[in-house]
Amino acid sequence: MPDVTVLASSGDQMVAEAFRQANPDVLPVYPITPQTIIVEEFDKFVAQGKVHTEFVPVESEHSAMAAAIGASAAGARTVTATASQGLAYMWEELYVAAGMRLPIVMANANRALSAPINIHGDHSDIMGCRDTGWIMYFAENAQEAYDDTLMAFRVAEHPDVMLPVATTLDGFITSHALERCELLDDETVAAFVGEYKPERSLLDTDNPNSFGMFANLGNFYMETKLAMRKAMEGSLDIIKSVGKEFEAVSGRPFEVVKTYGTEDAERVIVVMGSSIGNVRHVAKQLRAKGEKVGVVGLRVFRPFPSNELVAALKDAKAIAVMDRCETVGGQGGPLWQETAAALQSVGITTPTRDYMYGLGGADVTVQLIEEIFEDLKTLEADKAAGKVADVTYKGNR
Amino acid sequence: MSWDYSGNEQWTWDQIPLGAMTLEGGTATGHKTGDWRVQRPIWHTDKCKQCLICWMHCPDSSIKVSEQKMCGVDYEHCKGCGVCVQVCPFNALSMMSEKDARELDEKEAN
Repeated sequence: MPDVTVLASSGDQMVAEAFRQANPDVLPVYPITPQTIIVEEFDKFVAQGKVHTEFVPVESEHSAMAAAIGASAAGARTVTATASQGLAYMWEELYVAAGMRLPIVMANANRALSAPINIHGDHSDIMGCRDTGWIMYFAENAQEAYDDTLMAFRVAEHPDVMLPVATTLDGFITSHALERCELLDDETVAAFVGEYKPERSLLDTDNPNSFGMFANLGNFYMETKLAMRKAMEGSLDIIKSVGKEFEAVSGRPFEVVKTYGTEDAERVIVVMGSSIGNVRHVAKQLRAKGEKVGVVGLRVFRPFPSNELVAALKDAKAIAVMDRCETVGGQGGPLWQETAAALQSVGITTPTRDYMYGLGGADVTVQLIEEIFEDLKTLEADKAAGKVADVTYKGNR
Repeated sequence: MSWDYSGNEQWTWDQIPLGAMTLEGGTATGHKTGDWRVQRPIWHTDKCKQCLICWMHCPDSSIKVSEQKMCGVDYEHCKGCGVCVQVCPFNALSMMSEKDARELDEKEAN
């Protein structure tokens, strides 16, 4: 059995510990709230000689990802971390990392995007990543942020995946608040994460090769994208098997879709990130009063676990999706769009409603969640009567 | 050269190397990239002093050199940018339209 140290730790600190234990070769990074603690803590590990990592304090996030791409192509286990405007600044590079099939691991402390400027938690930044070809984990708490980060190396570097992975934690709620966390001992983690041995790398001068080649007009650009789609789809099984392996090591259960009460729930909320716990808390209280409510929390958003989500929602009578990211002018938030498409694709016509909540770190209260469960009681009739907007704001003035 | 990428135009998604990687160096020599040239440099051997300034400036390594002497232009890779013509101190290179040059080539061949 592994030695476990129990800590009062923030999510950022736990991510830094996970990075230390994975001992990456290169970590190019630029600090930005609310990811800063990760950088500060990791820099300490470098100064203390606890890691062998080449720590590269670059001048911007665009450079951080560019350096990460170069390092990863050179064959290094490469890690970075960012948030908000930093992730947005990396955007074009995110596609390069994924298209070149580089298994970079990046932590993102999910935060709002300007304007107006706001440093607090929502999913606006990370959803800019959703179509880039990065695998995306959403931690519910600091413990999951640690666990996801360790698993990310195994998934990213798996020869059948070879895609970058973003492990995400909600800004301040998870990145900064102190929680009870369990840290595995270094040897156990080293054995679990293993060594990264790339099949090909730029520094392998005996087998020279080039990355990021030109693929013009019909010259295998589409084929390369299809290969990415196949790898992403196939990664779900690998995410699950790595999760089960980690479960055996840590004793903590891993599911890509976490359910509560869905076995008999008529009204279900679908949600991601730190709010899963809040919704579960309210659902517990309501179920104690005999109300048939349930919660579906996604731990993985890319690849989208469509079958698992449908299985959890198939018996619901009314479904609310809570989105923490505006898609101004869109039909709904990213989570609602995916959920609606997943249900529609198997012919499920259960009424759904998208709730925009917690933008820019706006309070997610018990009352807000109770109201959503309450709304669901009359959702079908309200929709039929045309009384419900597709996208409904909650917690705003 | 050991990597066999013949027939790559027909490769399906699962045959392409990971991330569209090129699995060995120097493969550009096998790609004839001069076919979209509009004008071509013509080398006038009578004026050439073998200073090799054209060779130094060519951005596409298309000045052919043998035994330290300029010996022609690699038209399979020359893009017709005209840099060699600009830098030649002896007017030993001049540009001709690709159409005219090809017609001339055909006449000579016949």
